[in-house]
Amino acid sequence: MPMTWKTGGVLLGLVFFLAILLVKPIGVSTQFVILDGIIADAVNPDLVTATDDGFTSTNAYLAKSGGKYAKSVGNPLNYSFVFVLAMMLGGFISAMARGGIDARDHKVPALWRANYGDDPVKRYLVAFLGGFIVLYGARLAGGCTSGHMMSGMMQTAVSGYIFAAGAFAAAITVSILMFKKEA
Amino acid sequence: MMSIILAIAIGAAFGAVLDRIGASNPTVINKMLNLTDLRLAKAIMLAIGLGSVLMFTGQMIGLVDVGHMSVKAAYAGVFLGGLLLGGGWAMAGYCPGTGVVAAASGRKDALFFVAGGLLGAAAYMVTYPMWKASGLLDPIWGGKVTLGVVPGSGYDGVTNLPGDILGIVLGLAFIAIAFALPERLLGQPSGQAHPAE
Repeated sequence: MPMTWKTGGVLLGLVFFLAILLVKPIGVSTQFVILDGIIADAVNPDLVTATDDGFTSTNAYLAKSGGKYAKSVGNPLNYSFVFVLAMMLGGFISAMARGGIDARDHKVPALWRANYGDDPVKRYLVAFLGGFIVLYGARLAGGCTSGHMMSGMMQTAVSGYIFAAGAFAAAITVSILMFKKEA
Repeated sequence: MMSIILAIAIGAAFGAVLDRIGASNPTVINKMLNLTDLRLAKAIMLAIGLGSVLMFTGQMIGLVDVGHMSVKAAYAGVFLGGLLLGGGWAMAGYCPGTGVVAAASGRKDALFFVAGGLLGAAAYMVTYPMWKASGLLDPIWGGKVTLGVVPGSGYDGVTNLPGDILGIVLGLAFIAIAFALPERLLGQPSGQAHPAE
């Protein structure tokens, strides 16, 4: 049951509006840093430490802005981190409720198969490399498609427009070059 | 505790909507990015526009707390990071939010995307001092600024226009573009039915 773009757009807009009405704008990519911090702090408990007025870290990035990220690592049960866990729950339930994703798509998506065949190893490698570049870029930019582009442009943030210009310039170019055959 | 309940409710709704509009399906993402099927782009433009109109109208009638706005800083690295993110987004077909939703919905390639993402975020944490020293993270155009001046927000505007009214006008423009965009820009329509997903 494909959803029309109008219904989907209205629902997506309502979610972004509800988030800012009730709490704050939606953002996701910071939580990759928080999870990294939680894992690294479990291995090396000296990474994030409590101070008299909050948290700090031996890592300059976690310690920046008054230890804002260090605090989230020290308190994983915070709004933004739970939000991303809940996204996974919502995505899972939604996918199951429509009978799950196409079985042929489990390892290699359809458009990729049409262009590069169904070898999962090749697909996994590119997905991994893509993930690395996406999150490195998102942290350099200070946000991702959710936080910068959608939440940012919705609030008329200048940074959101700068981000969207860069993201779409690269994404459209790479996609046209990589995916010439249709699924 | 209330904030955790809200996180679960809004987060789950966001994840479910991303799944239903196909944003967590790399095929749908790349058909948008290679300009052969723009229905997802139309949905996103409509969402940004509607969100903007509701938020700024809500602020003007006192329903929405202006203090809930959170504007990110503008700096050269935003564009550079955007370029990187865009390239990886097209390669993988996932961005951070849709990647985690896809992984949860049973896409194994998305697990590799998330693993790569965790490593990429860690690499940034380690190399952050270099970027900081480069000056590319220094604010430009006033840093945390909006296009107009939003009353009570505390953010400066790059223009002196009333930011809330400008936000509503731009929101309506986004909605108009969503409707005006063709469903397809490049190539010939295949005439095939759209896959069920």
